[in-house]
Amino acid sequence: MLIKKIVLAAVMLFPALACAEGAVHLDHAGTDIHNEASLQRGARNFVNYCLGCHSAQYVRWNRVGSDLGIGDSELQQYLMFSGGKPFDTMQSAMPRAQAIEWFGAAAPDLSLIARSRGVDYLYTFLRSFYADASRPSGVNNLVLPNAAMPHVLAGLQGVKTARIELVTHEGQTSKQVVGLADGTPGTLSAEEYDSFVRDTVNFLDYIGEPVKAKRQSMGVWVVLFLLVFWLFTYLLKKEYWKDVH
Amino acid sequence: MSSNQSNTAGGGRLKSLGAWVDARFPMTALWKEHMSEYDAPKNFNFWYYFGSIAIFVLALQIFTGIFLTMSYKPSDIEAFGSVEYIMRDVEWGWLIRYLHSTGASAFFIVVYLHMFRALLYGSHRKPRELLWIFGVLIYLALMAEAFMGYLLPWGNMSYWGAQVIVSLFGTFPWIGDALVEWIRGDYYISDITLNRFFALHVVAVPLVLIFLVVAHILALHEVGSNNPDGIEIKKTKGPDGRPLDGVAMHPYYTVKDIYGLSIFLVLFAAVVFFAPELGGFFLEAANFEPANPLLTPEHIAPVWYFTPYYAMLRAVPAFAGTQVWGVLVMFSAILVLFFAPWLDRAPVKSIRYRGPIYKVALMLFAAAFIMLGYCGMKPAEQPFKAMSVIGTIYYFAFFLLMPWYSRIDSHKPEPQRVKYHAH
Repeated sequence: MLIKKIVLAAVMLFPALACAEGAVHLDHAGTDIHNEASLQRGARNFVNYCLGCHSAQYVRWNRVGSDLGIGDSELQQYLMFSGGKPFDTMQSAMPRAQAIEWFGAAAPDLSLIARSRGVDYLYTFLRSFYADASRPSGVNNLVLPNAAMPHVLAGLQGVKTARIELVTHEGQTSKQVVGLADGTPGTLSAEEYDSFVRDTVNFLDYIGEPVKAKRQSMGVWVVLFLLVFWLFTYLLKKEYWKDVH
Repeated sequence: MSSNQSNTAGGGRLKSLGAWVDARFPMTALWKEHMSEYDAPKNFNFWYYFGSIAIFVLALQIFTGIFLTMSYKPSDIEAFGSVEYIMRDVEWGWLIRYLHSTGASAFFIVVYLHMFRALLYGSHRKPRELLWIFGVLIYLALMAEAFMGYLLPWGNMSYWGAQVIVSLFGTFPWIGDALVEWIRGDYYISDITLNRFFALHVVAVPLVLIFLVVAHILALHEVGSNNPDGIEIKKTKGPDGRPLDGVAMHPYYTVKDIYGLSIFLVLFAAVVFFAPELGGFFLEAANFEPANPLLTPEHIAPVWYFTPYYAMLRAVPAFAGTQVWGVLVMFSAILVLFFAPWLDRAPVKSIRYRGPIYKVALMLFAAAFIMLGYCGMKPAEQPFKAMSVIGTIYYFAFFLLMPWYSRIDSHKPEPQRVKYHAH
C-alpha cells in the first residue's frame, strides 16, 4: 500500500517538469540519433550554415568522422572548409568581439545546445523566423523574441510573415503575433525545409552527447546481464535461507 | 593425490599466515564479531536492504570520484570544459561521470528510504538513539557533500544554485555578510569558491562521512539490529547463548544483501544507460550551459533532494525586516530529527503494533515530505506557496506533537518472538 502511494506520488511529479517551458508551443522534432544518413546530412548542413558564426568547441572533427562513417580525407575535403587537423575541435570563423559588435551578442557555442534547450526547442526555433522591419536583422522569432540571430536559412525557407491579431488577456487588448503565414518563398518546399532542419537538429543532438547511441545499445546488454545476475543471486539466497526456519 | 597434498600444504600455510596476523591484529576476531558471529534478526523485509545499498553507493561515489579527479580541473576557466573532456575524450569517462552523477541522486533515494524505515519500525528508539544520531549526522554530511559537488561542473545552475544557498547565510543578523564572504572566500562565487568547494568535496567531507559510517555500524553492532516487529531478539536466547531469532550476518545477510543490491543495480543501470538526466531531475538542462554570472537561469531550483527544505524556506514570509526566519525553519527541520527518539513515547516500537494515530500521522508525513519536494521545484506562486505552508506546518507538527499523540494512541501487544515465514 505504502509503496504504491510513493510510486503514485513519484509518477505525479513527472509532468511538472514537462510544462516548465515557456508559453510557445514546441513542435515535435522527431529526430533519431541512430539514423546515420540523417546525421551525415545534418553535419553537412551544420558546417555550411552554422559553423560560420557558431563554434562547437568540445567536438572533434575525427570523432564526428568515426561516429558517422566519414574518413579523415573525406572530412578534410567536404567538411573542414577552414583547414586544420582532423583531431582539432570545431571552431567558428567569427571572432567573438566582432560578433558582439555586429549582432549585439556573441553566437553561443553549439556543443551542448541540444542538451540545454532540447531538440524540440531547436526544431521549432529554426522554423519560426518571420519578417519584422523593426529588428536590425529584418527578422524576429516566435520562440526567442528579439533574437540576435539573423535568419541565415532564409534562402532555403523563404521569409514568413507574422499573423497579428488583437488579443484580449485579463482585460488588456493588444496586438500579438499569433502565428506565421507564408511570405516570400525559398528554394525548399515546407516539407523539404522541415526535414533539412530535422537533420540539422539531429546532428546537434548527436554532438551534445556523441556517446549517446553507444550508451543506449550498451545499456541493453548491461541490464540483461544484471537481470541474469539477479536470478543467480536469488537462487544463492534461496539456497542459504533453506535452513532458516 | 599430489594436488590434494599441495592443497593441504597451501591451506596450512594460509592458516599459519592467519595465525601470524591474528597474533598482531584482531583479524579473525573482527570478522567473527561483525560478520560470521554477528546475529541479525531473521525477519528483515524489503526495508532492510537500504543500509547495505547505501554503503555500496558510498563506495561507488568514492571510486568514481577518484577517477573523475584525475581529469577534472577545479578552475573557473577550465572546469566546465574539463567535464566535457571527461564526457567526450577520456576513455569510459562518460560512464564514470554518469555513475557519479546518478550515484548522488541514488544516495539520497536510498538514505530517505533507510530513514523512513527507522520511523516505520522504531529503529531510532532506545537503545538505538546514538545510532540514529550518527545517521542524521551522515545525512547532514551527505547534504554538504552533494551541495559542494554540485558546484564543480560549473554549469549555470551550479553557479546560481550555490549563489542562492550561500546567500542564505547572509540573512543572519550582524554576522551575515561576513559569514557569506568567509564561505565564498571572495565577494562573489568565484574561482576561489570553486577551489575550496573542490577541496571540501573530495577530501574533507568524504573523510567525515567515512568516519561517521564506521561509527554508525559500530553503534549498530553494539546494540544489535532492530527488526520489523520492533522487539529485542537478545531477550530470547538458546542454550548456546545466541538469540533464537537471529541468523549470522555472514553468510545469511551477505547473500541476501547481494540479492537486494542486484535489484538496485538493474534500476540504477537503467538510469545510467537510458536516462542519465532523468528528465531534468538528476542533471538539469540549465547546467549544460557554462556558469554565467550575468545571466540568471529562468527558474532556479535546487536538485530534487533539497527541494523539500527549499519549499520550507520559501513558505516562511519575511518578518521584522528579515528573511532569516525561513532559514531558521529550514535548519530546524533537520535539527528536529535529532530529537525524534525522545519525542516518541509509544510503549511499542514497530508500526505493526502501533495504533491508528501514528499510522495515519506517518503516512501523512511521507505525503507531506513528497508534496514539499514537489513545491520546491515549482515557482514561488499559488497554489504551491499555500501547499508549502501546509506541508511545513505538518512536518513540524508530526515531530513536535509526537510526545502527545504517541502517548494517547492505542497499541497492540508485542509478540515474544519475531514473525517469520520460512521461504
